[in-house]
Amino acid sequence: MSTDRLLEFDDVVSRYEPVFGLETHVELGTASKMFCGCATTFGAEPNTQTCPVCLALPGALPVANAAAIEATIRIGLALGCRIATWCRFARKNYFYPDIPKGFQTSQYDEPLCTAGHLDVEVDGETYRVEIERVHLEEDTGKNLHVGGATGRIHGADHSLVDFNRAGIPLVEIVTRPVAGVGAKAPEVARAYVAELREILLALGVSEVRMERGNLRCDVNTSLAPTGSLEWGTRTETKNVNSLRSVERSVRYEMRRQAALLDDGERILQETRHFHEDTGSTSAGRSKEEATDYRYFPEPDLVPMAPDTDWVEQLRADLPELPAARRARLREEWGLSDTEMAWLVNAGALGLVSDTVAAGADPADARKWWLGELSRRAKDAGVELGDLAVTPAQVAELTQLVAEGTVNDQLARQVLDGVLAGEGSPRQVVDSRGLAVMGDSDELGAAVDAAIAGAPDVVEKVRGGKTAALGALVGAVMKETRGKADAATVRRMLEERVLGG
Amino acid sequence: MSAELTRLDVTALQAALAGGETSAVEVTRAHLDAIEATDGALNSYLHVDGETALATAAEVDRRRAAGEELGRLAGVPVALKDVVVTDGVPTTSGSRILEGWRPPYDATVAARLKAAGTVLLGKTNMDEFAMGSSTENSAYGPTRNPWDHDRIPGGSSGGSSAAVAGFLAPWAIGTDTGGSIRQPAAVTGLVGHKPTYGSVSRYGLIAFSSSLDQAGPMARTVADAALMHEVIGGHDPRDSTSIDAPAAPYVAAAQQGAQGDLTGTVVGVVRELGGEGHAGGYEPGVLEAFRTGVDQLRALGAEVREVSCPSFDLALAAYYLIAPSEASSNLSRFDGVRYGLRVGDDGSRDLDEVMALTREQGFGPEVKRRIILGTYALSAGYYEAYYGQAQKVRTLIGRDFLTAFGDGVDVLVSPTSPSVAFPIGQRVDDPLAMYAADLCTLPASLAGLPAISVPCGLSEGLPVGLQVMAPALADDRCYRVGAALEAAQDAARGGTFLGQLAARA
Repeated sequence: MSTDRLLEFDDVVSRYEPVFGLETHVELGTASKMFCGCATTFGAEPNTQTCPVCLALPGALPVANAAAIEATIRIGLALGCRIATWCRFARKNYFYPDIPKGFQTSQYDEPLCTAGHLDVEVDGETYRVEIERVHLEEDTGKNLHVGGATGRIHGADHSLVDFNRAGIPLVEIVTRPVAGVGAKAPEVARAYVAELREILLALGVSEVRMERGNLRCDVNTSLAPTGSLEWGTRTETKNVNSLRSVERSVRYEMRRQAALLDDGERILQETRHFHEDTGSTSAGRSKEEATDYRYFPEPDLVPMAPDTDWVEQLRADLPELPAARRARLREEWGLSDTEMAWLVNAGALGLVSDTVAAGADPADARKWWLGELSRRAKDAGVELGDLAVTPAQVAELTQLVAEGTVNDQLARQVLDGVLAGEGSPRQVVDSRGLAVMGDSDELGAAVDAAIAGAPDVVEKVRGGKTAALGALVGAVMKETRGKADAATVRRMLEERVLGG
Repeated sequence: MSAELTRLDVTALQAALAGGETSAVEVTRAHLDAIEATDGALNSYLHVDGETALATAAEVDRRRAAGEELGRLAGVPVALKDVVVTDGVPTTSGSRILEGWRPPYDATVAARLKAAGTVLLGKTNMDEFAMGSSTENSAYGPTRNPWDHDRIPGGSSGGSSAAVAGFLAPWAIGTDTGGSIRQPAAVTGLVGHKPTYGSVSRYGLIAFSSSLDQAGPMARTVADAALMHEVIGGHDPRDSTSIDAPAAPYVAAAQQGAQGDLTGTVVGVVRELGGEGHAGGYEPGVLEAFRTGVDQLRALGAEVREVSCPSFDLALAAYYLIAPSEASSNLSRFDGVRYGLRVGDDGSRDLDEVMALTREQGFGPEVKRRIILGTYALSAGYYEAYYGQAQKVRTLIGRDFLTAFGDGVDVLVSPTSPSVAFPIGQRVDDPLAMYAADLCTLPASLAGLPAISVPCGLSEGLPVGLQVMAPALADDRCYRVGAALEAAQDAARGGTFLGQLAARA
């Protein structure tokens, strides 16, 4: 759909320097909305989680959700921000059907948290992203445009509004412009959002499910000729809702803007829409005709004045943050940077860590999650964490292998059973009869049968070709359907063929 | 009996109900009959539901007969200004844009009165969205002053003042943003109290200016006003600006004041509100009645001083920036999407046009004037010069009060309004003249302080009010001093203030 001319990325970075910045909106996972007691359950029937307050009926008044304020302060603390000792909500006034009061209750020049930073790693390099502010506001309702082909307002014959989302606590995290990262800009942008997501998960303040819109990014991008003292005009790409899209949107805007600049054209300061299907952006509203939001302090709410001792307590109670945790685990598990990066990129760090916590050896846990389980997830087309097996079950599986109850091959069959919902690994071993056969009469009989069934091979072995023993081992394994331990079988064969 | 029942104050009504001299149904029917007979001329009510009122009253009578526990105000009728949201009862705020809207919930004030056992007679007329001082800005026609049908009943709570003064309700709820309880009370001969900001919940009051709006009592006696304040006041978790402090015993303060001893009380007369060099725009008859009132306070033992509050001269300008600014935002929710009027949604117009048409036809001229004023004052580039400056003035006015009270003054007094009720139509084309009616009430509004208006005489045969202002949360002082003045006035007159009006009928 896009007709934008694009410059090759390598050409862009050879002649232009990008600057980007991110405004990230995070829906908090509080049980109730920001200013009323309504539930926040995802996917409920439209307009069933509403009340006079979040529908903005005449006379209704907001009361701030203390849990949301606490969560915002914890986010600020995790990002190294200064926490305001006194600040207010502000009204951002504009008309739109999904904004029932005709204003969004937000924060303007008095945010809860300011001046933080987040260090992110790309290809072994650390980049510092400065955080300008973290503030608390409320989400809007959701418009549903009916009758058009695209679900967009153009071409629709009517629109419906669902106010279930209206008033869900929303935290906005705004970076300062990130400059001087050159060709790494798209990846640094992505790494920032990924790391932010990890922090939010560690804090437990949001489910951060991007596909549900729990975390949404507006990406500002500008370009200036390399060596220029001034930054270029920026565009703001709205609602970029996956990590991959963040990277692609920066890359696309860089290539699009460079092509325009090469032709001596001007970059318009505008908002742009991101298209997931094509990875392209298209023009939205021009910022030059932007509305005046007429911000003023919200008179219906009292100022927030977080007690310093309380804030310090929140700081002390912060969980271990992802970067520190990675450093600690890398040390404990004796991994190289590269090995650690694999683990992180595979989204397996938490799973491995939980598996280790459940009693597995770190190397075994890593082997299972990065190996067999990653393959299974890939084959099923799901995320690693969405496989129907828990870290505790994986730990149990590694224990079964370590104690010799099953071998690796049997363990994979045990995993089949676990994934099929047949119970814990031990239960599957029992119900499917998957335990390794020891030096038993049953195994002895199988060994004898193999010897009896292949006198020619037995001759060769006795003649000194011990490598031929492998054929006998294979026959026993086949007979026992893999349940025998190969080393035990080999020992038994040697005893019986060569007479020990 | 019927006509007498409508003339009783609430304290007397409670006694008659408790003593079995009358029933809630009788009292309710007496008021409904009076409304039927005379409200055609006054237009004080926008909505009356006699059937529901009588059913509520009958239930009170049944419970009383059965010996069940009754609320503190069981069987006492009440009228609510139509800005108070009432579950299932039409609520318009005097505006076309809410015509036909039946709210699904009760304002805290309405809920507390209901829980106390009151019988809701109906919803009273008002200036649209409480913007006005005459009730001429109602979309449903003006209300007339029972003292003179050609004159305004004050505003914006003019339906409530006319109903109570016209014996169509024993008392009523009003709301006050810049004087909308006190000024209508003054010009109809009632007691009207604006509580300390935050002492009565705003939950369910259709917002005009959030940092100023307060609901309060409009009654025939100081004691009744105090009683209603006790019932509606106190902390409400649904209003985060509500003060979490126990309500003072207002009725006791009124009773104490009625003893008539103000020895040791220091009364400050505010020079900037009608004093020397500041009397321009004040009617001589108003000033004369006010001075008589002050003399009576002195005679009761009060020490009277003149106090200067220089920033009060800036109150009008500051108010007409702050209130419209907040209003421009508060009224944004009336967009035709979820409730009320929707104009032009015929498939040929886009969203912006439908919103604009709805607001064009749904709002009256004064509301539009204030939305435009407020939108302008909050605009980028003008915010500091207008809204910011006005907030600074507000701080200065608060300091003037603090200084006065810090110097040992217990209460400040002034005329409630510079004029008596003016003729209907006289000021409709002159907004600034209209705004001047609030000159004396604005300082306490901007400072969030309690202030009561108590009748202090007649000028040209029309009521004049005296305003008593007190420090934050010292509403009891308003009731004490107000009741002392009321007692002195009644004694001098040999009857109640409204008795003069009843005698004319």
